[in-house]
Amino acid sequence: MSYVKGLKCRECGAPYPVAPVAICEECFGPLEVDYDYEAIQQTLTRAEIAGRPKTMWRYQELLPLEAAPTVGLQTGCTPLVRADRLARALGVRELYLKNDAVQHPTLSFKDRVVAVALSKAREFNFEAVGCASTGNLANSVAANAAAAGFPAFILIPDNLEKSKVTATQIYGANVIPVRGNYDDVNRLCSEIAGRHRIAFVNVNLRPFYGEGSKTFGYEIAEQLGWEKPDAVVVPMAGGSLITKIHKAFNELAKLGLIEEKETRFYGAQATGCNPIAAAVKAGTRDIRPVRPDTIAKSLAIGNPADGYFATGVIAGSGGWSEDVTDAEIVDAMKLLAQTEGIFTETAGGTTVAVTRKLIEQGRLTADDRIVVAITGNGLKTQEALQLEDLEAIDPKLAKFEERIGLGRAAAALA
Amino acid sequence: MPQTVIIPTPLRKFTNETELVEVDGATVGEIFGQLDIQFPGLRARLCEENGELRRFINVYVDGEDIRFLDRLQTKVAERAEISIVPAIAGGC
Repeated sequence: MSYVKGLKCRECGAPYPVAPVAICEECFGPLEVDYDYEAIQQTLTRAEIAGRPKTMWRYQELLPLEAAPTVGLQTGCTPLVRADRLARALGVRELYLKNDAVQHPTLSFKDRVVAVALSKAREFNFEAVGCASTGNLANSVAANAAAAGFPAFILIPDNLEKSKVTATQIYGANVIPVRGNYDDVNRLCSEIAGRHRIAFVNVNLRPFYGEGSKTFGYEIAEQLGWEKPDAVVVPMAGGSLITKIHKAFNELAKLGLIEEKETRFYGAQATGCNPIAAAVKAGTRDIRPVRPDTIAKSLAIGNPADGYFATGVIAGSGGWSEDVTDAEIVDAMKLLAQTEGIFTETAGGTTVAVTRKLIEQGRLTADDRIVVAITGNGLKTQEALQLEDLEAIDPKLAKFEERIGLGRAAAALA
Repeated sequence: MPQTVIIPTPLRKFTNETELVEVDGATVGEIFGQLDIQFPGLRARLCEENGELRRFINVYVDGEDIRFLDRLQTKVAERAEISIVPAIAGGC
């Protein structure tokens, strides 16, 4: 049973029937899914949700499918980790990590959006799927398409990390590197989708795809015992995720599942690609596109599609946005790994580094319950790290003791 | 020599579903004017009443975003390809 009433333009409100379209014909604004919340409220209770399997589909009424999902059935319900050692290092008290670095099946939050988009592609009877991707989405579309039996066309910038390309090719997808950056790839996908019947998850299926991100927010609230945090720190590429977490919290409040309470939204970007952060700092909602130059390639979108809405959420919630250098990103990846045992990719390093900066600025304090969004896995971006080369020792006890700076007597005592 | 404009799906109802349109103009603004003569009403979809490009539209001249160039005053070479792409399509 579906609770979807139709699609609606987010800018001018014009209504549209459910179809694989993403853009308002009147004003070019983005279309979004319109739900019947009164009907949802009749069925969706805390107890009902608690009795369901631990996947993102426990919130199925709030996702835009007509029937049961068919792709990504095991996705969702990643850990919310209380990070006391990181909190101490940063000087705050209550810090949590929503850890989608261990998302199923491809180790990033993109598995959530792809599960919805490919289930929807099947409902629309598409026979092929695709995406424009900075890497994580490519991995996820390729893997989920393989599992669902869809041919996949994956267009990526030609400067992506090798490991992300390998982790897409392995699934047998048609991987097509495009000379240029993400924005160039994105433009080409829009043009292809205009001519060929391919379900580009983040182009013509975008209104449905984006809804999958809301489950990141639902899970945070449920895992905090049906409470919202005081602050969330979210990485921003196109700016969609931060707006979808905001929407998720609002929906839960509307349904009476959580208390109305203000959560401040903080957006994290790399200094080498900071169009949204720059707009927030300038006190405007208008985004000036930039040419990306950062190791955080999964955030390297110079012309963010949802930037206008992201700045609205940030400013409207009393939050802020900051950006950090590549060196700060790498330091934060190390800090997270060494305090919490979580190896995140450069996007996660960006988010942790921005969290640190916001604490230093006094925008996040020891009184806040803070959730930091970790959206991807460090194994995918190892090229970003240059750790020291290690020298081998002979297989002798004395050599080991010499290496770690212990004499035999001291080693015995230790 | 004319330039080619790639019309995005949501605007093709103005162009009788034609995807590639040939027009002549020295700047993007002039080309929009020519388009509006061929397909009345098209410019109003691309530009606000004050003449500025709409927020959710990107225009590229030979792959270059005109927001990085001179916006509607951007010069257009002969045989250039102009893409009109809804901004909101794509993005993570």
